Amino acid sequence: MPPMIRREHDAERMLGEQFRAFRPADASAGRRDEAFTLFSEAGLPSRRIESWHYTDLRGLVREALPPAPEPDAATIEAARERLAAHAVPGAARVVVLDGTYRPELSDLSALSAGVTVTSVLDALSTGDLDAGLAAAQKLGQVESMLALNAAFLQGGAMIVVAPDTQAAAPIELVMLLSGRAPAATYDRSYVKVGDRASLTLVERHASLGDAKSLAATVLVAAVGDGASFEHLARIDGLGPQALHLGTTLIRLGADAKFEATTLVATGGVTRRQAYLEFVGENATAHLYGVSLLDGKSHADTTLIVTHTAAHCESRELFKHILDGEATGIYQGRVVVAPGAQKTDGKMLSKCVFLGDGANMYNKPELEIFADDVVCGHGATVGALDDDQLFYLRARGIPLREAQALLLEAFASEAIETVSVASVKDEMNDRVGEWLRQHGR
Amino acid sequence: MLEVRNLHVEVEGQKILRGLDLKVHPGEVAAIMGPNGSGKSTLSYVIAGREDYEVTDGEVLLDGENVLEMDPEERAAKGLFLAFQYPVEIPGVATMTFLKASVNAQRKSRGEPELSTPDFMRHVKQGAERLEVNPDMLKRPLNVGFSGGEKKRMEILQMALLEPRYGLLDETDSGLDIDALRIVSNGVNALRAANRGFLVITHYQRLLDYIKPDVVHIMSKGRIIKSGDAALALELEKNGYRDYVADAAA
Amino acid sequence: MPAVQDTVDQVKAIDVSEYKYGFVTEIEAERAPKGLSEDIVRFISSKKEEPAWLTEWRLEAYRRWITMESPDWSRVKHPPIDYQDLHYFSAPKGTAGPKSLDEVDPELLRTYEKLGIPLREQEILAGVEPTNRVAVDAVFDSVSVATTFKAELAKSGVVFCPISEAVHTHPELVKKYLGSVVPVTDNYFATLNSAVFSDGSFVYIPPGVRCPMELSTYFRINDTKTGQFERTLIIADKGSYVSYLEGCTAPMRDENQLHAAVVELVALEDAEIKYSTVQNWYPGDAEGKGGIYNFVTKRGDCREARAKISWTQVETGSAITWKYPSCILRGDDSRGEFYSIAISNGMQQVDSGTKMVHLGKNTTSRIISKGIAAGKSDNTYRGLVSAHRKATNARNFTNCDSLLIGEHCGAHTVPYIEAKTSTAVFEHEATTSKISEDQLFYCRQRGLSGEEATALIVNGFVRDVLQQLPMEFAVEAQKLIAISLEGSVG
Repeated sequence: MPPMIRREHDAERMLGEQFRAFRPADASAGRRDEAFTLFSEAGLPSRRIESWHYTDLRGLVREALPPAPEPDAATIEAARERLAAHAVPGAARVVVLDGTYRPELSDLSALSAGVTVTSVLDALSTGDLDAGLAAAQKLGQVESMLALNAAFLQGGAMIVVAPDTQAAAPIELVMLLSGRAPAATYDRSYVKVGDRASLTLVERHASLGDAKSLAATVLVAAVGDGASFEHLARIDGLGPQALHLGTTLIRLGADAKFEATTLVATGGVTRRQAYLEFVGENATAHLYGVSLLDGKSHADTTLIVTHTAAHCESRELFKHILDGEATGIYQGRVVVAPGAQKTDGKMLSKCVFLGDGANMYNKPELEIFADDVVCGHGATVGALDDDQLFYLRARGIPLREAQALLLEAFASEAIETVSVASVKDEMNDRVGEWLRQHGR
Repeated sequence: MLEVRNLHVEVEGQKILRGLDLKVHPGEVAAIMGPNGSGKSTLSYVIAGREDYEVTDGEVLLDGENVLEMDPEERAAKGLFLAFQYPVEIPGVATMTFLKASVNAQRKSRGEPELSTPDFMRHVKQGAERLEVNPDMLKRPLNVGFSGGEKKRMEILQMALLEPRYGLLDETDSGLDIDALRIVSNGVNALRAANRGFLVITHYQRLLDYIKPDVVHIMSKGRIIKSGDAALALELEKNGYRDYVADAAA
Repeated sequence: MPAVQDTVDQVKAIDVSEYKYGFVTEIEAERAPKGLSEDIVRFISSKKEEPAWLTEWRLEAYRRWITMESPDWSRVKHPPIDYQDLHYFSAPKGTAGPKSLDEVDPELLRTYEKLGIPLREQEILAGVEPTNRVAVDAVFDSVSVATTFKAELAKSGVVFCPISEAVHTHPELVKKYLGSVVPVTDNYFATLNSAVFSDGSFVYIPPGVRCPMELSTYFRINDTKTGQFERTLIIADKGSYVSYLEGCTAPMRDENQLHAAVVELVALEDAEIKYSTVQNWYPGDAEGKGGIYNFVTKRGDCREARAKISWTQVETGSAITWKYPSCILRGDDSRGEFYSIAISNGMQQVDSGTKMVHLGKNTTSRIISKGIAAGKSDNTYRGLVSAHRKATNARNFTNCDSLLIGEHCGAHTVPYIEAKTSTAVFEHEATTSKISEDQLFYCRQRGLSGEEATALIVNGFVRDVLQQLPMEFAVEAQKLIAISLEGSVG
């Protein structure tokens, strides 16, 4: 078939100009050029690309925002104030402001022995970046937002946990946008959890201002044999003009364990996509998430879980509570490669509507090439369960309160596994607060 | 007194209750027995206020006040308690959270102060011990993964905590082995009091060996067709429902 | 357990793994020259002595089609089809127009006899054939060769005839409804069909009439290098009911033959259409040589309030199956159902499912899909459930299960669930697994062979769908399932 003829989009043309102006003349240039070529060939993902059908960037991105400049002193001060108001007890803190890693805002004093944090740009310019991690871009398809991120890469953190290190202190990865002027940020962080090591990463995205923003953020994680990695992410309080595109790439070694919980409670457009691959046997991955959406906000959760190795277990549980004219999207694909026998893969997406004008799109896919597997998926859309409501009311709990109780329970199921008590409480509190704000 | 007067109920156009009359006095244990499909569970749901049942005629009076226009939670606060035949599972709601929410909601609606947490915990603990409810169960989500016996014991524990005026037990014996049946029955008997009545709905006489009824009603095709004392249940056990049902038809 | 014994007997009675409908009927055919052009479209139209509006309708479709591209979004793979290397019209000689049964070539009657299709009304009426009364329209390559019970059906006002005949006898109905459910521009294969469709069945059930017997069409591709492009149009007027069955077979040929049909159903107020298919086109040999490319567009329109359309399909044949019988739930309180068994073995590729498009208020739909993949086949369920903004209280329940037999096949599920109204309640569940070792062992311990046990368990797996089929069809389908799975147990 001839290649699809694609009219160049204004934003794509602007990105080309921006790239030529941005491109630093250092050791990374070759890799950036390569990435930008990949992006230009594919272009912004449109609804004609199956996995972007419900989040059409060609339609959403009218103009390309310029890459955010280095933050000035005032911005750094504002960030410092915001950070002081909020901290995960006992955690080390790594701060990325407007796409660049800021050691002066970070606090590594709590870092466990055997854990190092460095700047991704340093690793990139010295060619020190683990080749295997960098290659994570090869996903069998061109993911043009990843390519764009690689071309414009501004910074990020490189977190390495040495083998056999149990990092007792969680690491808080705070991704702040200054939000003063319209800008785009492109950051990428790497996490390497060595064999038999363990780490909890608490990722938080927030903005200091309401200016129009595009954040193309990437997290690449390699979890070694017998290692365990917990990834807790919260995308909260971005303004209605924010476009957040977060990609997580995870590779799991044999006997590895991965637990992820994501809370999305924000305006604007959010797309959280994860590519997870089981490369060693007997690993488990649990991906959970809650989306609380109102107004015209749009949140897309897209997961591609590939069972390459046998005897692995994957679980996905996502809860969506939609008010106003919000749009929720859940696309989950579980791929079982030939030979990945004894795979146990299940996913469930559940949605409750509060508002009249909300939309929910579910697409839970199974792609299975091995016979000895147990896979399944479920998706529900609708109201709260009548039997449960009646039971609570029959015990004397008033309707509104019963609804609130059930909605909190509905969301909390997906937060249950969070191991850091303060983060778990915060997430649950946020759900309660959101429900109260929305009259429940 | 709990009184049902000339109650007619339809579900999706199908007549289930056809002019049912019934009285339960304070301090009394009334049993309702009847074959499958006679409308026993419908009666308990209608009294408790479940939607999807259309009351076409009649009243349900609690101390002279018609409860049919009330929301389920209002009826609960007035002292009506339904022990469900199939207690619903509510994932994500810890049993303890639920118990506290319901006790305090009822107290609040009656204008009573909420119980302090230590008082409440002590209360629950005592009840749980009596009903041999494992304290671990209280931390688990309500009814999720509970065995049939555990669910029924949890229902009775709730009844003990909520101290209702009238307890409606809907086939509480179904799915129970002998030991569980004894525990549940002891729990119910401990709650018998001069100011509290019970309506025990059952298919088998067996439960009534443990919870001795003052009155026994036989229900068929949506009506009470015969009433008597405890001996009626034994008679029924021996002869089956057929005779009575046939009598009623004749 | 008599049911078990039944199945075992059936499994035992099955011939060796042979496609038993693979014979060729030696009959002289009259064909259009190979290739597709406006002239060929005109040729087909003139062969059927069609009115000018229809010729123009076809030509418009043709002009549209040449601007379109073959769809590539499904999971099926095949070499490009050379549309110029096909005959778009082939008819057994001397059957250009509809005939009475007495005039039908005895060779053709023997063919249908061999296929087990009763065409001799008298014998059926006299009770010689142990079959229930079913009216049959038999389509052989591009033309309908016989339609039974027409006279009797006419007594209750039911029209059942080849669509080529309906164009002449009921032009107003054809003109009003043709292309009203599947527009000419709908998709590549539907547009092609609109240009070159040859024959197919036409059914009209008048208001308030419950069709007195099952109607059925039996499609047979016989000729070589021939595409079959039939077109079926069923209209159930207010308050009527019809049950319609469709069967298909083709000879074993080592070329791939193209079948691109369009089926349109229209159910008006309070009407109900039940449409059942047992599709058993030649699937190709074990190496994937030959077989039918089955690219079919089937859609039903519940056009008015309380209309109901139910699709039941048993898909065992074809090298490639690409079909999504759908329901447009336009009328308030209308209902759509889809029950499907799709079995693939050898090198077969199936990409099938349904669309339930909720437009009216209080519309409900139900989807039960059972996919079974064996051999080196690929079996995909693809489905859409959508509720539009105004479709308040839309309800859907979907259950789609896949079973894998052997480690070289693939089973895939691609559901799209779109709720644009907050009052929608959708429930979707899907599972993929293999036959449980425990069940197999249990059966084998009781003396069944691996193959018998598999057939038994598979029959249990598909039971919910089989129950939806009319009785004679269900028995046929059960046998087919067993045949289709032959050689799949190592």
